[in-house]
Amino acid sequence: MIASITLVLCVLAGILIVIVMRGASSLNLAMFTQTPEGGYYLGKGGGIANAIVGSLYLAFGASLLSFLFGLPIAFALQKEYLGRRLARMTRLSLDILWGTPSIVYGAFGFIIMVYLGLRASLLGGIITLSLLMLPIMIRSIEEVIRMTPPELKEISYALGTTRIETTLTVVLRQALPGIVTGVLLAFGRGIGDAASILFTAGYTDYIPRSLFDPVASLPLAVFFQVATPIPEVQQRAYASALILLVIVLLVSIISRLLSQRVSRHIVR
Amino acid sequence: MPHISLSNLTIAYGNHQVLQDITVDIPDGQITAIIGPSGCGKTTLLKTLNRLVDLYEEIRVEGEVRIDGVNIYDPKADLLALRKKVGFLSQKPYPLPMSIHDNITFGPRIHRMNRKELLDQIRELEKHIPIDSLCPDGRQKGTRFRKNPEMDYLVEYYLRLAGLWDEVQERLHDPATQLSIGQQQRLALARALAVEPEVILADEPTSALDPISAQLIEKQFKILKNHYTIVVVTHILRQARRIADYVIFLYLGELVEHGPAKQFFNSPRDERTRAYISGEIS
Repeated sequence: MIASITLVLCVLAGILIVIVMRGASSLNLAMFTQTPEGGYYLGKGGGIANAIVGSLYLAFGASLLSFLFGLPIAFALQKEYLGRRLARMTRLSLDILWGTPSIVYGAFGFIIMVYLGLRASLLGGIITLSLLMLPIMIRSIEEVIRMTPPELKEISYALGTTRIETTLTVVLRQALPGIVTGVLLAFGRGIGDAASILFTAGYTDYIPRSLFDPVASLPLAVFFQVATPIPEVQQRAYASALILLVIVLLVSIISRLLSQRVSRHIVR
Repeated sequence: MPHISLSNLTIAYGNHQVLQDITVDIPDGQITAIIGPSGCGKTTLLKTLNRLVDLYEEIRVEGEVRIDGVNIYDPKADLLALRKKVGFLSQKPYPLPMSIHDNITFGPRIHRMNRKELLDQIRELEKHIPIDSLCPDGRQKGTRFRKNPEMDYLVEYYLRLAGLWDEVQERLHDPATQLSIGQQQRLALARALAVEPEVILADEPTSALDPISAQLIEKQFKILKNHYTIVVVTHILRQARRIADYVIFLYLGELVEHGPAKQFFNSPRDERTRAYISGEIS
């Protein structure tokens, strides 16, 4: 047992050390503020502002989209709405979707876009990414909603509320920390995903000006730039990896702090 | 005042029959205790009175429960109006996940009562139970009534009515979960009263509480019974003796005996009642 823990910790430390050392040495102000000069694949100058901004656009957009659809679905999975059987089947399908590799989402999104005649774009990336995030968000939020004590709902019903009023006042408040955690979990998963946006969001040297422009992203910045023989380009890849790591870390810290803040009123 | 009348009430969960053919009238403006051993259907009987049993799956209700002459199990009956009219206290108090203040205003806010309705409700109640009768040490006029004085007054009135005001007046906006369990039960009472019910149902309201908190709840019930019809489920015989005016004794889902408390305890008619009161069966 101790051996396996040590092994896992060593691997984790190894990843962190390589990324931080390689990444930190290539970090400078230009990385954050400039887009790559002379093409991301060959150009030696510039930074990865295109990928940072692109990734944030993609992840925020997709989080928002999947939240808008995910929260009502998570609420509907309560037995008052869907009933036990239908809810169980929905949960099962969501679990299958959760386990589906993201490249499958990418391919699916690509087929739809070809069918509709759309190019790789920010919008396409956001939609595909939100499909990937949706099951994660719904299941983690719903898990918390299901932990609401049935007596608490009973109390609310006994005061003469309808089920929708109980959901929006009592259950929502009770599940708030879980909702925050669920959204940020999905955000963290989405911002790090490369395969789903490979075909659907494309890659570019520029910061997108509209939803229909292609967009760069941090995971793909690593993917495209790490294997070149040009050291300057490789540096951009390591910097991207480091920034991605920091963003994911920050999201997880924020999620903890936020859910602590909003759990003041939680009934246990 | 509502008149609660049960006739031929039979309830089953799936194939398991919980209550058989209950016919009884519950007297107005008194405390009625439903007593009996564990698992005899006390709580189920209580929860049929505000249709909380509807929440349970595979439940079958036959017979009639009339409140104010309306059969509440009639498909056309207004469920929300019923639940507003019949308040409920659970065994373990659950504060709603919000502040003490918001717990009290929850009902009035959900029922979208405007300022005039709030004021009318309190005025009407004050004719029966004036606020000054609830504060033996005199009432200090606070200066905190600013934004919504009617709502603030309502919060104070019902917290006083539940005997909790003095303990929480300085921290109305703190989470209700910070209260002790005894205080939470009185908060639940105030919250239920704030929708101005005519009946209060209480499911072993003191079983999770320490003796002093339990005593406080009993004291409030005695104050409230002049204006409300109270139905209490209890498995503590001594509690029933202390507070009940009328007693309903259930045994294995069957209504064995019911009657005024004095008569019930002093000269029980049924052999099982006698055995239960004397402690031979439990």
